[in-house]
Amino acid sequence: MMKEKLQETSESGNSEMKRQRRRARMRDFGQSLCFLSPSLLGVGVFFIVPFFVVVYYSLIDGVGSRNFVYLDNYVRLFHNSAFQTAAKNTLQFSVIAVPLAVVLPILLALMLEARIPMKSQFRTFFLSPMMVPVASVVLIWQVLFNYNGTINEFLMVFGADRIDWLQSDYCQIVVMILFLWKTLGYNMILFMAGLANIPKELLEVADVEGAGEVYKFFAIKLRYLSPTVLFVTILSLINSFKVFREVYLLTGDYPYEKLYMLQHFMNNTFRSLDYQKLSSAAVVMAIVMVVLIALLFKAEDWFGKDVEG
Amino acid sequence: MKRKKKKKYFSRGVMFFLCLVFSVMFLLPTVLTITNSFMSETEIKANYGMIFATTQGGYVSKTVNLKFIPDKVTLSQYITGLIKSPDYLLKLWNSILLVVPIVILQVSVASVAAYSFTRWRGKIRSGLFFFYVILMLMPYQVTLVPNYLISSWLGILNTRWSIILPGMFAPFSVFLLTKFMRRIPYSLIEAAKVDGAGEWEIFTKICLPECRSALYSIAILVFIDYWNMVEQPLILLQDADAQPLSVFLSQINAGEIGLAFAMATVYMIPSLLLFLHGEEYLVEGIANSGSVKG
Repeated sequence: MMKEKLQETSESGNSEMKRQRRRARMRDFGQSLCFLSPSLLGVGVFFIVPFFVVVYYSLIDGVGSRNFVYLDNYVRLFHNSAFQTAAKNTLQFSVIAVPLAVVLPILLALMLEARIPMKSQFRTFFLSPMMVPVASVVLIWQVLFNYNGTINEFLMVFGADRIDWLQSDYCQIVVMILFLWKTLGYNMILFMAGLANIPKELLEVADVEGAGEVYKFFAIKLRYLSPTVLFVTILSLINSFKVFREVYLLTGDYPYEKLYMLQHFMNNTFRSLDYQKLSSAAVVMAIVMVVLIALLFKAEDWFGKDVEG
Repeated sequence: MKRKKKKKYFSRGVMFFLCLVFSVMFLLPTVLTITNSFMSETEIKANYGMIFATTQGGYVSKTVNLKFIPDKVTLSQYITGLIKSPDYLLKLWNSILLVVPIVILQVSVASVAAYSFTRWRGKIRSGLFFFYVILMLMPYQVTLVPNYLISSWLGILNTRWSIILPGMFAPFSVFLLTKFMRRIPYSLIEAAKVDGAGEWEIFTKICLPECRSALYSIAILVFIDYWNMVEQPLILLQDADAQPLSVFLSQINAGEIGLAFAMATVYMIPSLLLFLHGEEYLVEGIANSGSVKG
């Protein structure tokens, strides 16, 4: 529209207007920069600049000697058995836990959407894990999952054998329950908001035409929820890294092998101050995250392309 | 028709029941923490002694009893924690000194930045916004090393600032607040501009009041997040005296479980109050973070 207007004006007015517009744009840019600068400066100093240094550290052979070794550190990292175990466990955990952290909250949100009593109380209850201090979560998990703990007592009542939850292959299940317990409520709120945004008319039309609940869910609701699904997936991925906090407090530096995750690896490497290993691991993690996020964005584009802009 | 209605009631009943079961699971740790904080040390030992088998002396039951209601309600744990030893209060004070500045500073910096992202758009700036989103989504393990490096260069390692400053510039609030601000009707800003208001005036007189509830909900989210932090202080604050209670609580040794429950309850009070008072805001805040785009 602006272009048409410009064409109507005469030559001289045209250049004058152009200059004015350029000046206005410069002023806008300056002003926007002014408002952004505190944050930008901080982000630059505390995140971007040091991250580039980390990239640099990952390419040299020692902070003292500073010889470029190109990708040697990365090659060493990938051959490191601790890193391999950690990466494998983290992958295994995320592949199972993240989809659960997406699907279960959708079900919870759908349940709360149906007309059942005590809806808002349930919402409050589901959100409550957000504020429980990590320490008491850990204590209670110990009470529940200890070899002499409540869950095993419970199993024994039914004549089943006790399980050494934290020192066997079951340990991932324990951590998964903890992870889900912490994140389900938050994710559920996200999905409830997503469900509330679906145009009511669409669902009404579907009702009139006699569509079943299942059909309505897959054909309509899920489509509209796709941006939320994307966000929750990414968020849960991040949160699955955060469970380390609890795992660490529950089991210490060197837990049962199946629980040794990337976070333990980073933490222990950090203790030994092996900057090369540490920085190459950080860079690898960053790259993997960016690639994953980009892929998820693409998937969402493809899946949600026919709803809204 | 009638059968259909019946079926509907039945399914609703099932859902209600499921929600109840879930509620019990979700609430269990919170309730346990609170009720167990009123137990005496001997009762705690009798109930949970088996788990922390290192604790000697006193009667230890063979089984673990998960108990909700104390035999005898006592405030002894609270008295030990809050009055007899100054350690816990000191650590609680540390927590406050860390978290309150982070919340205030992060929200302040973010509101200005969010205004910029809302008010002016362009290719560079939308690219920058996307970068903020990516940064927000980075796991802490990635930013840990940069964090540590910059803190040691600036000489703020082992001081509160090594946690406060990175917290101040965390991109989470910028992201969330931008999403809120973009919903302010543009006509409002335009009208102020016609009246001759400068950008700063528009920001303080229109934008901030318009998203007061958003600021509140973000402050709650940031508070809860940092109130429970463990990794940052563990790595950046070597000095045990400077550690917040969230870290200290997790290091209480097995002999003091009762005390741990009591102090955890004390520690939960601020977030609990914020939560109960501002649940609507909190929910709105979470709900608005719903999609990464736009």
